[in-house]
Amino acid sequence: MGNSRSVQKSFEKNNCHAVITNDHDLIMNADKIVLPGVGSFYDGMNELLNLGLIDILNESVVKNKKPFLGICLGMQLMANMSYENTETKGLEWIDAEIVRFDFSKINNNYKIPHVGWNNVEFETECLLYDGIPNNSDFYFVHSYHYSLNEDVVTGSTDYGYKFTSSICKDNIFGFQFHPEKSQGVGLKLISNFIEL
Amino acid sequence: MLKHRVIPCILLKDWQLVKSINFDSYRTIGHPTSTARIYNSRNVDELIILDIDASLNDDDINVEIITDIANECFMPLTIGGGIRTIDDIYRILNAGADKVSINSISLENSSFITKASSVFGSQCIVCSIDVKKINNTYKVFSKSKGLLDIHPLLLAKQYQEYGAGEILLTSVDHEGSTNGYDINLIKLFKDELKIPVILNGGMGEPIHAVEAIQNGADAIAAAYIFHFSQYTPKDIRNKLAEYNISVRII
Repeated sequence: MGNSRSVQKSFEKNNCHAVITNDHDLIMNADKIVLPGVGSFYDGMNELLNLGLIDILNESVVKNKKPFLGICLGMQLMANMSYENTETKGLEWIDAEIVRFDFSKINNNYKIPHVGWNNVEFETECLLYDGIPNNSDFYFVHSYHYSLNEDVVTGSTDYGYKFTSSICKDNIFGFQFHPEKSQGVGLKLISNFIEL
Repeated sequence: MLKHRVIPCILLKDWQLVKSINFDSYRTIGHPTSTARIYNSRNVDELIILDIDASLNDDDINVEIITDIANECFMPLTIGGGIRTIDDIYRILNAGADKVSINSISLENSSFITKASSVFGSQCIVCSIDVKKINNTYKVFSKSKGLLDIHPLLLAKQYQEYGAGEILLTSVDHEGSTNGYDINLIKLFKDELKIPVILNGGMGEPIHAVEAIQNGADAIAAAYIFHFSQYTPKDIRNKLAEYNISVRII
């Protein structure tokens, strides 16, 4: 479920052929893998499980080190687990939990979901941010975010407090925002991924 | 910091682009696909497209034209009008839209919101509320049923409970007037909801956007000003920035 078509379009705009598939062979033979996704963590993991994709992804991404791009829920699914609705185990590629925005400590009325354009402060060098100015605005829509236990942050964003908006670990890239909906800077990020 | 969005709202009638005044007197002003392309090149924050008569005429949703429009959009795209089933939403999102705006169906059957947001996520579900002021009281206005005896804020709170992700709040009286947004209306909503409110209807000058956001709107939508004046969404954002309101500057 979700916006796979939008993500596919952003690859086509960069003259790159991208297929939407759950075919195991096609995924195993792909140059690169993108996991987009909007919706809940539990449904996302369930879908991967039902389609038999968890082993395929582990083999392609963790073992064979194929470049992998996780967008929004696709980024969150890489974590150990999420607290969204019910505690759900993730792919366990990144030592992190997915937690809901919690403004109780800062005593304000920030709205949830965090929806709209917000700037990303680059924390460490990330190949996918090449040619993109620091603090560029990207489009976000989410209610949960990373709580990291390992140092893989590449970008952070302020919404009431600073949260992790992008990560990178070896061949794995994750973005909490939607590059496919972030116009010029988003298309540039996709193009950087294509050129890896 | 989160930016306040400036959102062109495009109205379709028989799949032509039209502009209305007070929900009446429509005038054809162009083709939606080319307009979407222009807005994409102008880096608008988001785009809302509403097929205004779809729910009255029981029109089937035109997936082809939505696909054409979505192909031009690398920014968030909301589609509304004539949505009656979960399958309608599925087809619209599949065509490349990011959110849907629902109106008539949620007035008839509020559990539809709950169902839709549990299937697609609340971030996909924008609930649209049209408002008319009668004897100094705000009432919800329905195209098919006329005035309803419920206060728009109460309805918005109910929608929020049922699972709406955003509220698109349109003043029918101000719509197309160019006299500014209904500031008294948005004041009533300020700090009352946990979900964002997009205020729509009446912008004729950039300063109107400033007033709307200073009085509680999270985002503003407009049609007339972008179709019939020299102002672009960027001009509006620049005006907001002058008043230290956070906007996307590109």
